[in-house]
Amino acid sequence: MTMREYMLGNVAIARGLLEGGVQVIAGYPGTPSSEIIDTLAARKDRDYHIEWSVNEKVAMEVAVGAAWTGVRSVVTMKHVGLNVAADPFMTLAYAGTKGGLIAIVADDPSCHSSQNEQDTRRYAQFALVPCFDPSTPQEAKDMLPYAFEFSEKFEVPVIFRPTTRISHGKSDIELGEIPVEKPAPNFEKLLDRWVMLPKNARPRHTHLLSIQQPIEDALAESPWNSLELKPDAKFGVIGAGIASAYAKEALVELGLDVSYLKIGVYPVPRKLILELLETVDAVLVFEELEPIVEEQVKMIAQEAGIEVSVLGKNNGFVPREGELDVSAFLEALKKTFDLETEAETSGTSLELAPRPPALCAGCSHRATFYSMKKVFGKDAIYPSDIGCYTLGIQSGTVETTLCMGSSISVASGLYHAGEKRPICCSIGDSTFFHSGMNSLLNAIVNKANITVTILDNRITAMTGHQPNPGVGYTATGEQTVQVSLEELCKAMGAEFVSVVDPYKLEEIQEAFKAAKEFEGVAVVIARQPCVISGKRAGIRRTPYVVDPEKCEGCKQCVKFGCPAIEFDEQNKCAVITALCSGCGVCAQICKFDAIQEVKR
Amino acid sequence: MSQAEQKKLDLLITGVGGQGAILASDIIGKAAVTAGMPIRAAETHGMAQRGGSVVNHIRVGNDYGSMIPKKGADLLLALEPMEAVRYLDFLKDGGIIIMNTQPIVPVTVTSGLTKYPEVSDILDFLSEKYIVKAFNADDLAYEAGNRLAMNVVMVGAVSGYLPIPKETLLDSVKALVPQKTIEVNLRAFEAGRQKVEES
Ligand code: SF4
Ligand code: SF4
Repeated sequence: MTMREYMLGNVAIARGLLEGGVQVIAGYPGTPSSEIIDTLAARKDRDYHIEWSVNEKVAMEVAVGAAWTGVRSVVTMKHVGLNVAADPFMTLAYAGTKGGLIAIVADDPSCHSSQNEQDTRRYAQFALVPCFDPSTPQEAKDMLPYAFEFSEKFEVPVIFRPTTRISHGKSDIELGEIPVEKPAPNFEKLLDRWVMLPKNARPRHTHLLSIQQPIEDALAESPWNSLELKPDAKFGVIGAGIASAYAKEALVELGLDVSYLKIGVYPVPRKLILELLETVDAVLVFEELEPIVEEQVKMIAQEAGIEVSVLGKNNGFVPREGELDVSAFLEALKKTFDLETEAETSGTSLELAPRPPALCAGCSHRATFYSMKKVFGKDAIYPSDIGCYTLGIQSGTVETTLCMGSSISVASGLYHAGEKRPICCSIGDSTFFHSGMNSLLNAIVNKANITVTILDNRITAMTGHQPNPGVGYTATGEQTVQVSLEELCKAMGAEFVSVVDPYKLEEIQEAFKAAKEFEGVAVVIARQPCVISGKRAGIRRTPYVVDPEKCEGCKQCVKFGCPAIEFDEQNKCAVITALCSGCGVCAQICKFDAIQEVKR
Repeated sequence: MSQAEQKKLDLLITGVGGQGAILASDIIGKAAVTAGMPIRAAETHGMAQRGGSVVNHIRVGNDYGSMIPKKGADLLLALEPMEAVRYLDFLKDGGIIIMNTQPIVPVTVTSGLTKYPEVSDILDFLSEKYIVKAFNADDLAYEAGNRLAMNVVMVGAVSGYLPIPKETLLDSVKALVPQKTIEVNLRAFEAGRQKVEES
């Protein structure tokens, strides 16, 4: 009997890696990819090495080292992470691997929690490596053992590209066997493969090009591509990855008699595409993000001299940006067959208040930003970075967010351009370890005059509370060295380093004042554990209440923006709700001493 | 209606980050697997969870993607009144809405930027086009023993419409809530179920 379990896409992916006999897993957290490592790290019966690396480039290099010993390895990240890891990855394609190596790179169409919508399949094309594009969580799981084997067969790394709805979709999953026997590591000294001197790189490039056709042929035979030709159908649909599931659903629902090609892996199956093109007058290509399949289909049609119209993103039948769904497919069909589109009818006369995500009640970042704004004022410039604290945009202290680790370098650039206004940038502890360290070193050596605030909440909070080098334990909870941020900054040459408790407003404001006066790079480390991980670790604080007798209704505490503070318009008085985590900051803000700890 | 069609149900759960929408959907998902039905679901993770608006798609008896098409949902389970309105595009005309009437006021309202619509206006608006079952699930959870069991009250409330046996759902509640809170959650489930049966 087969086992079925209800699981998250990322948990299914983790399972697929186990079924594929993975031995080394490294990655950097990033939504929607993070739960893969979280799941594998939490397993008790581990017979593999697993780590959260400090950034994606490092993680990639760890996986490469492992694969060069002949064992199967994986590196996980989100799409933008591959930009960081692109340097080793592009050359790895030349060098190749021994053990199977899968780079899992999760795309995020519609930017659910990302700074852009780049398509990882472009990197696969760029690097000349195969890319697996699952259409369901089940397929994602099943593809992975296959991908390992494939990688080993051609000695080439492969990309596995789930999208948000695969990673964070849930489904009943049919499980397979987990192998017990795994090969022992054995690093073979193949200098012409592992040393990418120009003399070695040139023939490897030729080799990589020479295996493209065999790779394409092998993939065309794989179960991930499939063609259903309908006799007499003059119209064809090509669906890729998750978009193929949407297309299929709509086609079945409508009972349309069209030919259908599903693509689940790249390079695209030229043979199958030709077979389809030869039988139809028009095809609609449905794929998320970039028109990659569409471009290929056009090229193939042109080379073969086939007259066929290719409908898709380039001619406006399918939107180029954002996420696709069944409705988007139906829209595209309506356009194709020139049908009336229904007028949107969901109009409501109700004004809905927007509900943007916000920093948690008692989050120390809010207190830090509040004090920062007090001291540096409206006129200052506030570059920031990527993490929960990006939500500090509501505090008016997040004015730039480019990519992981960039806040300090952007701040330096502003200063060196001649900005005379004070510059105070912010970066989280994890982000600082990721790539902020390089930027700080650069700022110090090149004599920027800026304040750097490290928002040290002792965890990587936004992606689900993964450890970083500052916390003293690894992905699996094992104890390890705890790296001191302050010593690190000092070692890099920072002459002003101040560690403060952001819950103590006076203390942190004093530090900011001194930092503002300081000529050069001043580092303020605002340290207080994330309230969520703090609570889990057993930190208990007494909640606060507003004394309605003393409250003057000035709304100062409400303006602070803590979600636990509401305003009772009838009684003109602030109220603290059950969300209060007892940080005590609002009590320090209240001029009338109206906020106090709950008496027990 | 064929046997297979009767077993198909598209359900949308809406609410606010932190209300337990994911657990509610997991209870249903796990139960569907036990009952031998295909199930697909999609949920909100990451940044949006920090008190933001969240939506879960659940498709029982479905083999395709996890996203419910626009105007495709049979049922909308709203853990919060304003969030019932936000995702109406997904609900079929004449579909069913089960709604918790306890509002959660967003920071945009507490800070005075916007207003929260009257719950009675929300109810009037929804009743024009849909079948609405509304009650205060927070209160029912409190009576059952813990306000945090509100999500399980709501699962109980929708349970009568699901093509899944009640016992299977209860087993899945027991398997997924913390050991210590099983009793409270079973009471919460019953309270929700009764509320909808009575109405
Ligand atoms: S003490 Fe005040 S600021 Fe801190 S969590 Fe409670 S209500 Fe919010
Ligand atoms: S998860 Fe932690 S760091 Fe993020 S907003 Fe909440 S308290 Fe702050």
